[in-house]
Amino acid sequence: MFDLRDLYQQVIVDHNKSPRNFGKLADFNHQADGYNPLCGDKLHIYLKVDDAGVIEDVSFEGEGCAISVASASLMTDAMKGKSLDDFRTLFDGFQHMVTSDLAEAPDEEHMGKLAVLAGVREFPSRIKCATLCWHTLHAALQDSAEPAKTE
Amino acid sequence: MMDGKTPMDLDRIRADFPILHQQVFGKPLAYLDNAATTQKPQSVIDAVREYYEHDNANVHRGVHSLSERATAAYEGARRIIADFFHAHSEREVIFTRGTTEAINLVASAWGRANVRAGDEVLITHMEHHSNIVPWQMLCEQTGAILKVVPINEAGELLMPEFEALLSERTRLVGVVHMSNALGTINPVADIVGLAHAVGAKVLIDGAQAAAHLPVDVQALDCDFYVTSAHKMYGPTGIGVLIGKEALLDAMPPYQGGGDMIRMVTFEKTEYNDLPYKFEAGTPHIAGAIGFGKALEYIRGIGFDTIGNREKDLLTYATTQAEGFDGLRRIGTARDKACVLSFVLDGIHPHDLGTILDREGVAIRAGHHCAMPVMQFYKVPATARASFSIYNTEAEVDALFAALHKAQEIFA
Repeated sequence: MFDLRDLYQQVIVDHNKSPRNFGKLADFNHQADGYNPLCGDKLHIYLKVDDAGVIEDVSFEGEGCAISVASASLMTDAMKGKSLDDFRTLFDGFQHMVTSDLAEAPDEEHMGKLAVLAGVREFPSRIKCATLCWHTLHAALQDSAEPAKTE
Repeated sequence: MMDGKTPMDLDRIRADFPILHQQVFGKPLAYLDNAATTQKPQSVIDAVREYYEHDNANVHRGVHSLSERATAAYEGARRIIADFFHAHSEREVIFTRGTTEAINLVASAWGRANVRAGDEVLITHMEHHSNIVPWQMLCEQTGAILKVVPINEAGELLMPEFEALLSERTRLVGVVHMSNALGTINPVADIVGLAHAVGAKVLIDGAQAAAHLPVDVQALDCDFYVTSAHKMYGPTGIGVLIGKEALLDAMPPYQGGGDMIRMVTFEKTEYNDLPYKFEAGTPHIAGAIGFGKALEYIRGIGFDTIGNREKDLLTYATTQAEGFDGLRRIGTARDKACVLSFVLDGIHPHDLGTILDREGVAIRAGHHCAMPVMQFYKVPATARASFSIYNTEAEVDALFAALHKAQEIFA
């Protein structure tokens, strides 16, 4: 039997209550919308990437459930100062972590604080809540005019 | 007559629904998502199974015994439905896949023959997407204009505004009988009278209402009444359009194919009589038979008993909701039934849905296919507990205990 605390760890509850990097960046050069039509979760990501391809700053706005807000909060924290290659590696790692077999322990060494979201594996209907911000950041990097979806 | 308030009757009703007697995550299931779909009594399950075990054949075609039995059962269901809704005749009862298809049928077949550029279609702010989008599509195709009757904070239609929006340009009024997102029961008889006074037709979306309120389409004098079996203890994938015969007769067909024709040559096709003109292809025979059984089940309990019981339960739940710290009810109409829609401070409805599920309590979290209602209340989503004849006070208690648990997790 899985405990609800596997999903709603204190870190997630805290990030939901006081999301980091929330609001519009004063200076940004990429942005995108993310939308989960099933839940109505909406995100907007602002991104400042420097000439060397390093994420200088990133923030988000929007509304959603605790999982989507905490995930965006944790992701934006994790991405600051990271290269675009780092983003791809972490995005892949994150997607693997939230869809992998329950027997597989999350890769805390590489995922860092993001590993607290591994609990969504036990709640299939909530996986998309955790990945929406990643798809949105990906869309922002590509300057996609279409809102990112988790489908 | 049974008294719906005695626990013994409730036990008997609950015994009719095998699915209710299970545990979810080790907790007794409290199924409070009846506005999405209701559970099925054993009599409906048996009717569908027996049809496939003994009578399965195509209808209106074969001369063999099985086909004759299948046809008799299918047409028997149509008769039950006609009686249940007090249709003038069985020719007015068109089987569809559900409410959504029934509305699309009217928007497509009646709409394209009767709605022109500059005409108006009038709906309300509390419609389900299924009673918005088909009319939007019709307006796009024809150049007609979609108008919307506003609602107040309680989730009630503003009737003076409705009257002000009605004019000789109004071709059709589409209105939900009972709102799935708010529980509001609309004054449909008044609406029909006012609409007819300006020459507009009226379609009533009865998807949510028909299991809870008695419907007499002749007394209402509505032009089209649509509903779905699966919200009335029947199978999914089957519903009904009940329309006035003269209107249906004058409408072009919706889909072409087998069963809806009398005579086909490559030059010309002669269409079948009502109701078959609108039933192209092999229908959902088992579904129709199950639908008929479901209506017999409802009739066996009776709408007086159902109404009294569901009113008591909603009052019980509403009283607890009013005393619950941080809870805001969405939809507080004076005339409402069976739906407790709400938001809780600091906890998103989807998180509530997940947490409640682990406590065995099934609710719906989301926009309830009524995004304009969410926009009106400026919420992204609501949590919705919706009740039925088999729900108990103990299940309502389980709901509120689980809400307390959610508050503890998010404290």
